Amino acid sequence: MEIQEITEKIEMILVEEFEIDAEKLQPTALLKQDVGIDSLDFVDIVVAIEREFGFKPTAQELKQVKTLGELYTFIQERA
Amino acid sequence: MRRVVVIGIGIWSCLGQNKEEVTLSLKQGKSGIGIDDARKEYGLISPLTGIVPTPELKSLLHRRIRMSMSQEAMYAYMASREAFEQAGINEQYLLENEVGVLFGNDSTAQATIEMHEIMREKHDSSLLGSGLIFQSMNSTVNMNLSTIFHLRGINFSVSAACASGSHSIGLGAMFIRQGLQDMVLVGGAQEVNPYAMAAFDALGTFSTRIDEPTQASRPFDQNRDGLVPSGGAAALVLEDYDHAIARGATILAEVVGYGFSSNGGGISQPSEQGSYIAMRRALDDAGMSAEEIDYVNAHATSTPQGDKEEAQALARLFANNKTWISSTKSMTGHECWMAGASEAVYSILMMQHNFVAPNINLFDVDDSAASLLIATEAKEMPVNTVLSNSFGFGGTNSALILRKIK
Repeated sequence: MEIQEITEKIEMILVEEFEIDAEKLQPTALLKQDVGIDSLDFVDIVVAIEREFGFKPTAQELKQVKTLGELYTFIQERA
Repeated sequence: MRRVVVIGIGIWSCLGQNKEEVTLSLKQGKSGIGIDDARKEYGLISPLTGIVPTPELKSLLHRRIRMSMSQEAMYAYMASREAFEQAGINEQYLLENEVGVLFGNDSTAQATIEMHEIMREKHDSSLLGSGLIFQSMNSTVNMNLSTIFHLRGINFSVSAACASGSHSIGLGAMFIRQGLQDMVLVGGAQEVNPYAMAAFDALGTFSTRIDEPTQASRPFDQNRDGLVPSGGAAALVLEDYDHAIARGATILAEVVGYGFSSNGGGISQPSEQGSYIAMRRALDDAGMSAEEIDYVNAHATSTPQGDKEEAQALARLFANNKTWISSTKSMTGHECWMAGASEAVYSILMMQHNFVAPNINLFDVDDSAASLLIATEAKEMPVNTVLSNSFGFGGTNSALILRKIK
């Protein structure tokens, strides 16, 4: 899957489902500090990734992902 | 002993989604009962139910909070918001003062079944998401309200079947009387969905008068054929009397009596004696005689046996030709875990607006209730004292007495 498509899907999920301001969604943004994703949100992100991209990341894998850009790359490698 | 007063009430029910709408429905004798096709599809014997809208919370609460809210917690949030607003309690007050919360709730069927549906499909608990745990615990209402409103006092749920809401008021009053709390949010919540009522429906307890939904709930009528399940939420803010006066609060009513009993046998059997003991204790607690009660909001759910047992107990105390009686369940259906709290709210609205709400659909009075003064139409009159009954499975009984402060 192209990185552009992954970016669009993740941005749509974060804006519509997680109700996060679109302007926060820069590839360099840190998921916790800048985007405001907390520990419970990560549980829901696993569900959203499984639904949209057909694979389930483990909690351990997601811990290594620090920025939005890293999330897109991680999904591209796995999807 | 410290006195306990009600300084705010809120309601989300099939009669309306705020005090004004509900007052009008009570005065007009308007039924909130209808047909839910989803119940037919799910396989319930009776599709009858109170029709209760789901609150739209997106503009009021952040997603993180909403994710944890069960249907009953959503109803309870709306009712509590209205109650705090009337009490003049804002976020600043709640951040600076310790307020408790005791809410009646006795099921979380929808959240539990949704969780099971996902597990059955995915066989992987990590795909359940973060919200279902907080929606599916029986304390879902308390944990959501305490979090949203910054409540830092007593905090637990009261599970006592259809007397849950009533006991929550009695217990909240006791915490204040004892000097342990100055203010407690109390109430009751009841989910409204097919899942919550399937097992109850299995007992054949529900009315099947589906050709006349608004006439299906007919407490004390000879031709009653069962109850109609309903729900929503009701909330009351209780406060120590001196504390309320010092703050300049407007007092709606005083909680002067709380009586309880347990039948000690028969898991689904109502008891005339158990009902009587709860009412007798409430009167003793209030230091009042039965003649001093202007109005009784009966538990009467429209089941053949339950109404008869209560009518006999009422006749032992209130065959005085002075005390008016009605069951608002004739309009609302049986609001179950919420009923004791909602009926306290309905009674306070009657006190405030000087009327007794009718027991609609009472065409032929059952012999057991023949000696009682049952209001079949709304009656304009001062209502200064109310006794409200709630009885539940397992034989748990609760009676509350409210009095207007002049």
